[in-house]
Amino acid sequence: MEVFWYSIIAVILAMFFILDGYDFGAGIIHLFFAKTEKDKEVIAKSAGLFWDSNEVWLVAGGGMLFMAFPTFYASVFSGFYLPLIIVLWLIIFRAIGLEFRSQFKFPMWRAIWDKSFGISSLLLALFFGMALGNVVRGVNLGGVENGISQYESQYFFLPLWNSSFSPLSETPGVIDWFTIIIGLISVLTLAIHGANWIILKTNSTINARLKSVVFYSNIGLLMLTILSLSVWQTINPNALDNFMSKPYLMVFPLLYFTGLIGLFFIKKIKKDLYPFLLSTLLILGGITSSLASLFPVILPSTNSINESLTIYNTVTSAYGLSVAFYWAIVGIILIVIYFIIQKRMMAGKIDNMDYGH
Amino acid sequence: MEDMILYDRLQFAFTITFHYIFPQLTMGLSLIIVFFKWKFLRSQVEKYNNAAKFFMKIFAINFTMGVITGIPMEFQFGTNWAKFSELTGGIIGQTLAMEGLFSFFLESSFLVLFIFGEKLMGQKLHFVTALLVFIGSWASGYFILATNAWMQHPVGYEILENGKYVLENFSALFSNPWLLPAFLHNQMGSLVTSSFVVASIGAFYLLGKSNVEYGKLFLKTGVIFGLISSLLVAFPTGDWNAKNVAKYQPASFAAMEGIFETEHAGAEIILIGQPNMVEKRLDNKIAVPNILSFLTYQDWNKQIMGMDKFPEEEIPTNVPGLYYSYHIMVGLGTIFIAIMSLAVFFLWRGRLYNFNPLLWSIMFLAPFAYIANITGWYVAELGRQPYLVYGLLKTADGISPTVSSGNTLFTLLGFVGLYFLLGVLFLILVGKTIYEGPKPEPHPQTH
Repeated sequence: MEVFWYSIIAVILAMFFILDGYDFGAGIIHLFFAKTEKDKEVIAKSAGLFWDSNEVWLVAGGGMLFMAFPTFYASVFSGFYLPLIIVLWLIIFRAIGLEFRSQFKFPMWRAIWDKSFGISSLLLALFFGMALGNVVRGVNLGGVENGISQYESQYFFLPLWNSSFSPLSETPGVIDWFTIIIGLISVLTLAIHGANWIILKTNSTINARLKSVVFYSNIGLLMLTILSLSVWQTINPNALDNFMSKPYLMVFPLLYFTGLIGLFFIKKIKKDLYPFLLSTLLILGGITSSLASLFPVILPSTNSINESLTIYNTVTSAYGLSVAFYWAIVGIILIVIYFIIQKRMMAGKIDNMDYGH
Repeated sequence: MEDMILYDRLQFAFTITFHYIFPQLTMGLSLIIVFFKWKFLRSQVEKYNNAAKFFMKIFAINFTMGVITGIPMEFQFGTNWAKFSELTGGIIGQTLAMEGLFSFFLESSFLVLFIFGEKLMGQKLHFVTALLVFIGSWASGYFILATNAWMQHPVGYEILENGKYVLENFSALFSNPWLLPAFLHNQMGSLVTSSFVVASIGAFYLLGKSNVEYGKLFLKTGVIFGLISSLLVAFPTGDWNAKNVAKYQPASFAAMEGIFETEHAGAEIILIGQPNMVEKRLDNKIAVPNILSFLTYQDWNKQIMGMDKFPEEEIPTNVPGLYYSYHIMVGLGTIFIAIMSLAVFFLWRGRLYNFNPLLWSIMFLAPFAYIANITGWYVAELGRQPYLVYGLLKTADGISPTVSSGNTLFTLLGFVGLYFLLGVLFLILVGKTIYEGPKPEPHPQTH
């Protein structure tokens, strides 16, 4: 049952990064590449129509995490207090950028909210990547100093950074050179994904140019991926153990590399949907590979005194999980139905759709 | 430690108060939109459809604000109330996760379809999308009330050896005697806000002599819904809730009614007075004897326990705040019934649209509906103090053990600044939408 819930939550969070990921990515592209007002409007619209239904996945994932693994939820949310609240503020800035830009035709008004949308999207992509980096790297559970735990073993608190910016320090911060690498991977991945979304959903004038943007970003992504894999070994010598002992887990990195390699052929791909599917694989593979490397750990401990958080030591009661199993099945079937209805109704390019509110 | 609890509570109180400005409108308004859309289907008169679409614009702005101020609410359980989340997540996580799964997806998917899909799907399906948005928003309220009901009156749980509360009986969460009265009272409160807003916009158009046809429609719809909901919010739902408080949280009942000393026979009902916490009495009191006993137990002489009968640690921590919140809510509720009855009477006599003093009062009444709803929630939340989960977990024991007060003050200040900006933008946008008014559009082709 723990494994079932772990998988469900992982799928929901992956869906969040795939869906909201394209509108984060659209924001990054918007910030750097959209020049004409028409393009800016269309790109903002390609995100603006969908961001709120996409962010529901985050809320749903958070709620299920709360229900199934309350100790993990409590530990992680309070331990990453500052970065999480900053993420909330960025989500708000991004949303008001999207919702308010089209309200007045005044150029300065639009310029402000365009920047708000673009910069918050960029920073969110960076922060979400760093969050994944922090989970992979692990934290100082129990707040151990000089061999003594300052808190209960499941709690910790991370500063935004410590002066060394090193993931190898005894008390690493949220931002260190390893998490920055993962953050940049996330920015590039989502920028690629966003560009593919814009290509799929709009007829903007920069679509052709975006294909080279994807191509060159992909080169950067490949280099960063190799870099991160090599330093990961230094930070956590056991990083690849899971893949050695359970070779079938290799399917997850395989997804990632299929996406990565496939995107090098973007200029040859004729159908607008395929690049988007490839970057979807990229995100799905990236997240699942990271989780699979840790499994069943969900938050490693960087000290030897307190044990890592796993799905088994943070889970709620068996009864709670089994009763939730039934309603979750019903709920997920409903979500799939809504999702299909919505995607069918909103299929195709959105350039000329009326932006109502 | 004291600072920490204060900042945590202030941040939650501030962010939830600001958040609840939006759902309280959208829940009720979705019902009124369904009503307009239904009238249009029945009569094929275009103005009803335009009214539905106009209010869906207002709904959409409020929905967006509700989403972006709502995500911080879910996060804050973990960030600021980690111990509470750890201990009770197996229970309240159920209802919160169900809210995400069963209502947010429904609401957000079909809202987009309502706004953009009218021409694609035809009028009948367009009505269905409005109905689904309504169901989604009320389901959301239901799950939140189920969560809160458990915190007010915990049921269906067991305590593990490590102190955690886990679920023992799932259906008990929904048959909780606290839930149904609280849910219905809350939804009627939401309908009060939205119908008052509809009436207020109508009065604004009539007084400003713009969109007069819509002004009449909104005013008429608003005051009829307004009277029905103001009556239902008081009786039976409000009454039912008060009886629940008297039964399950008697110390809170004494505090909210302002009863310091137990009387021998029937208890009086306090109309006006200021709690004096040093001398443990009400200053400048105006009260009517025996009424409270009658209202609560239908017995003029039934004794009601005052705060003197309870140990200090059972009495809510902020008695004056609780007392004023309750009296503001009840006082405003009484005024609402009076003004809406008058409005419906004048509507019936055919004189409402020209009776300016009443139109002015209706126009300015809408903000007070928000105040009544929010003070109503303060009654519930202050009344639950000093507990976070009534009788089980003290508020002070629920906070995050590793977050320092400096960090919480930092984020509290950040939220205050950000929400101020958000509030200004919200007012500009709603003001613009109301100013532009419902625009008659060419009749969409139905297929």
